[in-house]
Amino acid sequence: MIEFLNMGGYGAYVWPSYALTALILGVVAYESWRSYRAAQNQVRALEKRQADEGRRR
Amino acid sequence: MFDLANPKKFMDFSARLMPWLAGLAALTLGTGLYLALFVAPPDYQQGESVRIMYVHVPAATLSMAVYAFMALASALALIMKHPLADMAAKATAPIGAGFTFLALVTGSLWGKPMWGTWWVWDARLTSELVLLFLYLGYMAIWQAVEDPIKAARAAAVVALVGVVNLPVIKFSVDWWNTLHQPASLMRVDGPAIHPSMLWPLLVMFAAYGLFFAAVLIVRMRMEILKRRARSLQLAQARARA
Repeated sequence: MIEFLNMGGYGAYVWPSYALTALILGVVAYESWRSYRAAQNQVRALEKRQADEGRRR
Repeated sequence: MFDLANPKKFMDFSARLMPWLAGLAALTLGTGLYLALFVAPPDYQQGESVRIMYVHVPAATLSMAVYAFMALASALALIMKHPLADMAAKATAPIGAGFTFLALVTGSLWGKPMWGTWWVWDARLTSELVLLFLYLGYMAIWQAVEDPIKAARAAAVVALVGVVNLPVIKFSVDWWNTLHQPASLMRVDGPAIHPSMLWPLLVMFAAYGLFFAAVLIVRMRMEILKRRARSLQLAQARARA
């Protein structure tokens, strides 16, 4: 296990590479999903308001 | 194909595609990481540091392929004036910027133990840094220009001008004497890499490609929804006035 983490002495370069890859891909995916859901909710709210105002008229 | 250029049809189709694509991307990425860390052998010269290759090379290749896609979508947007092409280009940029950033940072982390330096201003590294600035500049235009039609046109022109940087990156290792090594995969006489390392690398390529496709679809749907929200807001403001 220690040997695996050590990566033949290159652990200090290999692990940050993988960690950063996971971090950046994770941030891109998460931010995209979050703003997608936000846009979805906004459209739903606007459509609901449109329907309500239409009924009142 | 052209049916999908209709935003309504795109929304229906992409809603069904999205979960499959996301699942497949996650599965492939998991497999690729397992192969890269546990199955692939250490290099006889580079030792275990060669494992950086599996996250670095696909990021670098995708950073260029994604830019080519963004430029193509921008060209279609300029020529055909199709709103979906604009949205595709806009949705692409942050993903490409992410890949470019990863290519630069993981390259730096690989360069330090192998070349003895984090960074050199050689042609390959410098042109890849220019690519990052092109992506950031493209995104900044969308942020800065308020009118979406004007923003789309300005951003598309920048994306197309930036295309000249792609062959510079690709051939920089042949045209100039760079510290970066020349291509090992895309060679006329076949890849100069052992199958035990080639296969994990190819799986990682597929994983990055699927990741791009999955996130692109989410972001394109987001752009379509945002445009719908804008037109609803305008219609409601008009109805109240």
